[in-house]
Amino acid sequence: MDFETFLWTTFGAFCTLAIFSFLYKDNPFYKFAEHLMVGTATGYFSVLLWHNSLYPNLFAKLADGNWYMLWLNSSAPWYLIPGLLGLLMWTRFSKQYSWMSRWPMALYIGISAGLAIPLEMSNRVNKQLYAMMSDISWGNFFGSGLFDPISGLSQVIILVGAIAALAYFFFSKAHTGAFGGLAKFGIWILMIGFGASFGYTVMARISLFIERVQFLNRSWIQVAFDSSNTNHHSGYIIAFLVVAMAILAYIVREIVAHLKKSENIS
Amino acid sequence: MTIFEKMMAIDRRWVFLLLAVVVVGTYAISFQIPIRINSEVRTIYEFVDKLKPGEIVYLGIDYDPSNQAELHPMAYAVMEHCFRKNLRIIFCTLSQYGPGMVDAAIKDITDSLKLDKTYNGIDYKGRELVNGIDYVFLGYKPYYALQILAMGQNFRLPFPIDYYGQPLDSRPMMQGVVNYKQVAVVIDLSGGNITDAWISYGQGRFNFPLALGTTGVMAADYYPYLNSGQVLGLMGGLLGAAQYEKLADNPGPAVDGMRIQVFAHLVIIAFIVLGNIGYFTAKRRRAKEGK
Repeated sequence: MDFETFLWTTFGAFCTLAIFSFLYKDNPFYKFAEHLMVGTATGYFSVLLWHNSLYPNLFAKLADGNWYMLWLNSSAPWYLIPGLLGLLMWTRFSKQYSWMSRWPMALYIGISAGLAIPLEMSNRVNKQLYAMMSDISWGNFFGSGLFDPISGLSQVIILVGAIAALAYFFFSKAHTGAFGGLAKFGIWILMIGFGASFGYTVMARISLFIERVQFLNRSWIQVAFDSSNTNHHSGYIIAFLVVAMAILAYIVREIVAHLKKSENIS
Repeated sequence: MTIFEKMMAIDRRWVFLLLAVVVVGTYAISFQIPIRINSEVRTIYEFVDKLKPGEIVYLGIDYDPSNQAELHPMAYAVMEHCFRKNLRIIFCTLSQYGPGMVDAAIKDITDSLKLDKTYNGIDYKGRELVNGIDYVFLGYKPYYALQILAMGQNFRLPFPIDYYGQPLDSRPMMQGVVNYKQVAVVIDLSGGNITDAWISYGQGRFNFPLALGTTGVMAADYYPYLNSGQVLGLMGGLLGAAQYEKLADNPGPAVDGMRIQVFAHLVIIAFIVLGNIGYFTAKRRRAKEGK
C-alpha cells in the first residue's frame, strides 16, 4: 500500500468514527465530517450535472453559434427555448419577476402529470386490484409450505386483509358492530405490515453499521497495519497514533468537563 | 423506582454501546449460520442462470453510497454470476452519486474474472473482460423517469455516448441493441423512488422481465408487485444479497454480515421486550397508586 492510499483510507476511517461519535454527543469531529460530506456531495453533483446534462444537452448543441448573435445562428437554435425556460426558474429569487418561474413549472408539471397519471393508474392501482381479486386456487388452497404466496389461503388473506385495511380508513360509518370488527381486523393487518417494515428497517440499519465495521477491519486495519504487507511503513502507525492521541485527549477533556459539571450541580 | 422503571430511564447511549460491542464482538469471531433461501430471490437467480451465453442483462445501479452496505453485495454477486455465465451487461446508473461506484465495481469484477474459480461445482476459467464487448456502462443522466422512458425507445436517445466517452454505436456489444426488446432481463438495484419508476414507466410501459434489489427499509413495500406478476423476483436488503451470494456459491460481505445480524437482532429484541415489560409494569403501578 502506498502512502497516498494509506492516507485516504485512514481519512475514511477517521470520518467513519467521527460520524459515529455523534451517538455520544454533538462534537467538532462530527461537525467536520458532516460539513465535509455535504460540501463534497454538492460539489460532485454540480460537476456531474454540468458534464452529464447541461453541457451535452444544451451548450454543446449551441456551440456552433455565436454569443453576439445570441446563438440564433447555431444549427439547432430551438435549444434556446428550454435554455430560456431554465433561466426563468431563477426568477424565483426576485419578488418582482418570480411569476415568470410559473411558466417552466407549469410545463414541467404538465408533462410529468401527462406521463405519470395513466402509467401510475395502470401499474400501481389497476394491476394491483386485478392481482388482489384473482381467482382463488381452491385446488392448491394450503400450498406447498407455510404461507405459500401462490396458495389459495394467501389469496384469501390478501383479499380480506386489503378490504379490512381499507375499512379502517372509512370514516363515513361508525366503527361499531360487524363493520367495527372488520376495521379492527384492518388495524391488525396494518400493524403486521408495519411490523414487517420495522423488522426490515432494523436489519437495514444494522447492515450499515456492519459494512462500516467490515470497512474498518478489511480496508483499513488489516491493510494499513499489516506488517507483512509490501510497502508497509512504521510511519503509518506513528501517524495514526498521533491522530488517535489527539482524539483521545479531546474525549478525556469532555469527560472531565462533564464530571466537573455534575459535581457542581450536586 | 423499580428496576424496570430504572431501565426505562436508561441513557440510550448505553444501548448504542452494547449494540456496538455485540456487532464488533460477533464480527471478530468466525462462525457460520444457515441461510434459508426465499423463493423471490431464487426466481431471480434461476432466471439469470438459465439465460444463454451472449444474452444481455440490464443492471441498474440506482443507489448512492449511503445504500452501498446493502446493495453493493447484490451488485457484485449478480455481476460475477452474469459474467461467469458469459452474459453481457448494460450498466447504467440513474442515481447522481452512482457513476464512481459502478466504475469501481466494474474494475473489481474485472480483476475477479481473471481468476479461475469454481461455483456450485462448475469450473470457470479466468478471462479478461472487455469494455464494449462484454459490457457497456452508459453512465448517469438526471430525471430517472424520463431516462427509463427514453431508453424504451432507444438507448442512444439519453446516452449517445457511454460513460467513457465512446459513441454507443461504436461499441460492438451495442450493434443491433436498440432498446429493452433486446434485453433479457432488467435487474434494478435501488434505494429510493427509482424502483417505483422502473415498475410504472419501465415494466408497465414496455413489459420486460423486471427483477428488483431494494434496501431493507423498502423491501416490504414491493412484495405486492411479486404477487401481481409485475416483478419476477425481489432481493430485500442484506438478507436478499446473502441469499443470492449463497445461491451463486460466492459468499461475500452479505453472508459474512448475516451472522452479525442474528446477534444484533437478539440485542434489539431483548431491549424491546424489556422496554415493554417496564412500560406495562410502570403503567400498572401508576394505576394502583391512582395516578
